Amino acid sequence: MRIEALFLIGVAAFFGLVGLIYWFWGYEQSGTAMLLGTTLLGLLPGTYYFWWSRRMKPRPEDRSDASIEDGAGVIGSFPDSSVWPFVLGMGLFLVVLSIVFGLWLLAPGFALVISAAVGVTVESRRGGTV
Amino acid sequence: MTTLVERPVVHAEHPEHHEGPTGLLKWMTSTDHKVIGMNYIVTSLVMFFFAGIMALVIRTQLTVPSGAVVSNQQFNELFTMHGSLMLYLFAGPFAFGGLANYIVPLQVGAPDMAFPRLNALSYWLYLSGSITMMLGFMVAGGAAAFGWVAYAPLSEATFSPGSGPDLWILALALTGFSAIFTGVNLVTTIFYLRAPGMTMFRMPIFTWNMLVTAILILIAFPVLTAAVVMLFCDRHFGTHIYTVQGGGVPVLYQNLFWFFGHPEVYILALPYFGIATEVIPVFSRKPLFGYKGMAFATMSIAALSTGVWAHHMFTTGTVLLPFFSLLSLLIAVPTGIKFFNWIGTMWRGSIVFGTPMLFSIGFLFAFLMGGLTGVMLASPPIDFVTHDTYFVVAHFHQVLFGSAVFAGFSGLYFWYPKFFGRMYNETLGKLHFWFLFIGFWVTFMPQYELGLKGMPRRVATYPAGLGWQNLNIVSTVGAFIIGFSFVFFLVNLWVSWRKPVPAGDNPWDAHALEWFATSPPVHHNFTKLPPVRSERPVWDFHHPDARTIEHGHNGHGQLVGTGAGPRQD
Amino acid sequence: MTDEPLRPALTGRRRRGALVLVGVALSLLLGGCQVPDFFGFRGATKQGHDEFLLYVGTFIAALVVGGFVGLLILFAVVRYRRRNEEMPKQFQYHIALELTYTVVPIIIVLILFGFTVITENRVDAVTPKPNLTVDVYAFQWGWEFDYPNHVVVRAETTTDPDPVGPEGLSGPQCSPAAWCLGPGLILPSGETTQINLRSRDVVHGFFVPEFNFSRYAQPGVLNQFDFTVIKPGVFRAQCTQFCGLYHSLMLFHVVAMPPTQFQTWLTAQEPTTSLNTKAAP
Ligand code: HEM
Ligand SMILES: [Cu+2]
Ligand SMILES: [Cu+2]
Repeated sequence: MRIEALFLIGVAAFFGLVGLIYWFWGYEQSGTAMLLGTTLLGLLPGTYYFWWSRRMKPRPEDRSDASIEDGAGVIGSFPDSSVWPFVLGMGLFLVVLSIVFGLWLLAPGFALVISAAVGVTVESRRGGTV
Repeated sequence: MTTLVERPVVHAEHPEHHEGPTGLLKWMTSTDHKVIGMNYIVTSLVMFFFAGIMALVIRTQLTVPSGAVVSNQQFNELFTMHGSLMLYLFAGPFAFGGLANYIVPLQVGAPDMAFPRLNALSYWLYLSGSITMMLGFMVAGGAAAFGWVAYAPLSEATFSPGSGPDLWILALALTGFSAIFTGVNLVTTIFYLRAPGMTMFRMPIFTWNMLVTAILILIAFPVLTAAVVMLFCDRHFGTHIYTVQGGGVPVLYQNLFWFFGHPEVYILALPYFGIATEVIPVFSRKPLFGYKGMAFATMSIAALSTGVWAHHMFTTGTVLLPFFSLLSLLIAVPTGIKFFNWIGTMWRGSIVFGTPMLFSIGFLFAFLMGGLTGVMLASPPIDFVTHDTYFVVAHFHQVLFGSAVFAGFSGLYFWYPKFFGRMYNETLGKLHFWFLFIGFWVTFMPQYELGLKGMPRRVATYPAGLGWQNLNIVSTVGAFIIGFSFVFFLVNLWVSWRKPVPAGDNPWDAHALEWFATSPPVHHNFTKLPPVRSERPVWDFHHPDARTIEHGHNGHGQLVGTGAGPRQD
Repeated sequence: MTDEPLRPALTGRRRRGALVLVGVALSLLLGGCQVPDFFGFRGATKQGHDEFLLYVGTFIAALVVGGFVGLLILFAVVRYRRRNEEMPKQFQYHIALELTYTVVPIIIVLILFGFTVITENRVDAVTPKPNLTVDVYAFQWGWEFDYPNHVVVRAETTTDPDPVGPEGLSGPQCSPAAWCLGPGLILPSGETTQINLRSRDVVHGFFVPEFNFSRYAQPGVLNQFDFTVIKPGVFRAQCTQFCGLYHSLMLFHVVAMPPTQFQTWLTAQEPTTSLNTKAAP
C-alpha cells in the first residue's frame, strides 16, 4: 500500500509545485484552479492510503517474496452477470436524448433509472455476502 | 448472482460455472471484463471505420483546388465528426475501454475488474454516447461543425444553432462519465486485486501505463465535462460564461478545453506506448531494458503533460509563453528515454518479425517523426507559423495514427490468440502492415510541406495557383492506400473465423500473466497462477534457468528468474 | 477580459544580448543567409526572418536527432533479427547509459528553449512609437482594416482578386491573381506597422504565411503586434482558426509599397465613418 500511497502523494506534490509556480508567474486564475484541484485529487486518497499503510501489515501483493499461497482465500464477491447496468445505461441514454428529442422521453428514462437503482440494490443484497 | 472468487492456488480446481444466459441476453447482462472489453474493442473499431471513411471523403474533396465533392457545410461536419469519432470514440475507448479492460485484470492476476457492474455501465454509457454523436447526422441542420475542440463562441447557439451541436455535447458528457468510471475501476483493480508477490514495480509496463492513464483521465475528464456542460448552459439556459456580450470570457473555454485536451492526447498515447512496450521485449526475447526508467518516464510524461495545456494557445496572445514552452519541450526527455529503452530492448536481442512486432516497429518510426515535429511546435515562434496549418495536421496524425493505429493493431494482433484461442494469418497480417506503412508515409509527409507553404487546416477548398495541388494529390493517394490495407485485416478476420488455427495458451513465449490463462481465459480468469518474482512471471516459469542480468553486475545482480518447476501444461 | 495588450517587457540590455547570441549562433551554424529554406518561407518581415532562422536551427537539430535515433532503430532491427535459436543474454539495466540518455536530451532541450525565448521576445516585441497603426477586425467572413483618418478597407469573402496592387493605387495590376484574393492590407515597406487585432464574433486567425506569423483574433481580446516588411510585394494571407461555414474563403492579402506611394494611396482614400466604434462587441 505504501507505494500506491506515495504514487498519489507524488501526484499531489508535483501539481502543487507546478500550481505555485504557475500562479506566481502569471496570476492566471483558471489554470491555477485546475492545478489546485489536481493537487487535491492526489492528496486526499494519497494521505488516506499512507495513513493506512502505516497501520497495516503489508499485503501479499506488497511483498516481493510472497507466494501465491499467501494470498489464498476469498478475494471478493463478483457478480456473474447483471442486467441492471444495461437498464441504467439505457435509462440515462433516454434522459439525455430527452433534451434534444422531447421531454416525454424523461418518463421511460427515469422509469429505467429508478428500476435499475432498485434492482441493483436488491441484487447485491441477495448475492453479496462479503 | 454473485460468486465468491477464491485466489487460485496452483493445482486448485476451479468450481464449475453454472450455465448463464446466452446469446443477446448474455451480451446485455455480462459483467465479465473480457466480454465488456471485447464489446469496447468491436464498437470502437466500428467507429474507426466510420471515421476512416469520412477521412477518405475529406481527402477526396481536397485532392484538387476548388473541390466540389461535398459542400462547405458537409465538409465542416465531416472533419468535425472524423476528429471526434477518432479521438473520443475510437482511440481512447479502444485502448482504455477495450484492451485495458480485457488485459489489465489478467496481467495483475485478478478475477475481474474491481467493480464489474460499474464496468458494464461504462460500456453502455460509451455505446449510447457513440450513438448520440452519430445521431447528429440525422437531425435537421446536420451534425456539429465546429471541430473536435468546439471553441466558444463558435459553438454558442448564435453561431451553431440546431440540435447537432447539442447531441455532440451530450455525447461527450456520456462518454466522459464512461471514461471516468473506467478510470476509477482500473485504479481500484490495480491497487487492490494484484496477485501475491506482484508489487507495484513488478507490474507489466502495459498495466503501469494504464494506471497512469487512469489518473490522467480522473484529472482531465471532469474538466471537459464541466466545460461542455457550461457550454450547454450558454446555449440553452441563457448564461454567458463564454460570451463577451454577457461579460463572459471566451478564452476560458480554450483554457478549460486544453486542460483536458492535452492530457487527452496522452490518454490516447500512453496506453499505446504500453502495447509497444509489451510487444517489443517478447519478440526480441529479452526483458524490457530499463524497466524502472520506463515506469518513471511514463509518470513524468503524464505529469508534464498536464502542465502544458496552453501550448495549443500560443497564438492567442494571452498565455505565458515561456512556462508552457519549457514544460512542453521537457516532455521530449522522458519520451526520449522511452525510445532508448525500446532500442535497448532490441539491442543484442533475437528479433522475430511477427505481425505485432512489425506494427510496433512501424509505431516507433511514426512516433519518432511525430515526436520531433512536436518538439518544433513546442517552440512558440515556430508554432506561430505552423499553428492551424497542415503542418499540425501531419504532426498529430503521425503521433495519433502512429499510436492508435500502428501500436493499436500491434496489440490487436498480439492478443488476438488470447482473445479467441486461434491464430490469425501471418501473411495477411504482414500485407496489412506494409500497405498501411507505405500509405501512412505517403499520406502525411506531403502535409508537412503543405503546412509550411501556408495551407490552413479545416479548409473545405483552396484556390488554384498556390502550388498545393500536387502535394494534395499525393496525400489523397496515400489515404486510399491506407484504406485499402484494412481489406487485409477484414479478410484475416474472416479467414480465422472460417478456418480456425488453434493458438495455444502462450504462442509467443510471452512474459506477463495473461499468457498463463487459457485462450480465451475462463470466467474469472485463472485456475492457477505461477509465482511472481519479476515483471515477467510467465517467462520465469517457462525458463527456470534464464535469469535476468542487471547490467554491470555480470550476472550476480538481483536474481529474478525463480525456477518454479517444469512447465505444467 | 482586459483590452490591454500583453507586451513582453524587453530591456535594452537583454535585447542586445539576445541579438548577439542569435547572430553568433546563426552565423556559426548557417553561414549567413544562404541557408536552404527547408520548405519554409524565409520571412518577408524582420520578425519573420528571425523566426525563420530559429526554424532552420530547430529543423537541423531535429534532423540530427531524428537521423541518429532512426538509424539506431533500423540498425537494431536489421542486425539483431533472429538468426538461430540461441537465447540472447537477458540484460536489463545499465545505469550509466540510462543517465546519459536522460541528461543529454535535457541539455538539447534547454538550448532550444534558450533560442526560443530569445526569438519569441524579438518576434513579440511591440514598439511604443510605430510608424503606422492599423486596426484589424476579423468577422464572419471577412476582414476590415481601419487606418488613421478613418480610412477603412473592408471586404466580405470573395474569390475575385482585389484590384489594389503594389505598382499602382488601383487597377488590375495585382498579380498573380491567386495571391490577391480578399481585401488588401496596404502597408509601407521598410517601416514598422503595428496591428491591433480584434474579432467581431468568433475566434479567427490572422495568418500571413510569408511573414511566418499568425495570431488569433478573439472577441474581447486585443492582440497587438508589430511587423516590418522588408521589401515591397504582395503576400497572400488567410484566416487559420476555423470560424464556421466560409472559413476556407476568408482570404486577404498584404500589399507592401514604398512609403511615399503608401502616403499617396492613403490620402487618396475617402474617409469613411468606421462601421464600428472602436469597441468590438
Ligand atoms: C485513415 C487515415 C486517416 C486519414 C486519411 C485522415 C485524414 C484527415 C483529414 C484530411 C483531416 C482534416 C484536416 C483538416 O481539414 O484540417 C483530419 C482531421 C483529423 N484527424 Fe484524421 N485521418 C486519418 C486517421 C486519423 C486517426 C487514426 C486519428 C486519431 C486517432 C485522426 C484524428 C484526427 C483529428 C483529431 C483531426 C482534426 C479534426 C479537427 O480539425 O477538428 N485521424 N484527418
Ligand atoms: Cu498538447
Ligand atoms: Cu475566420
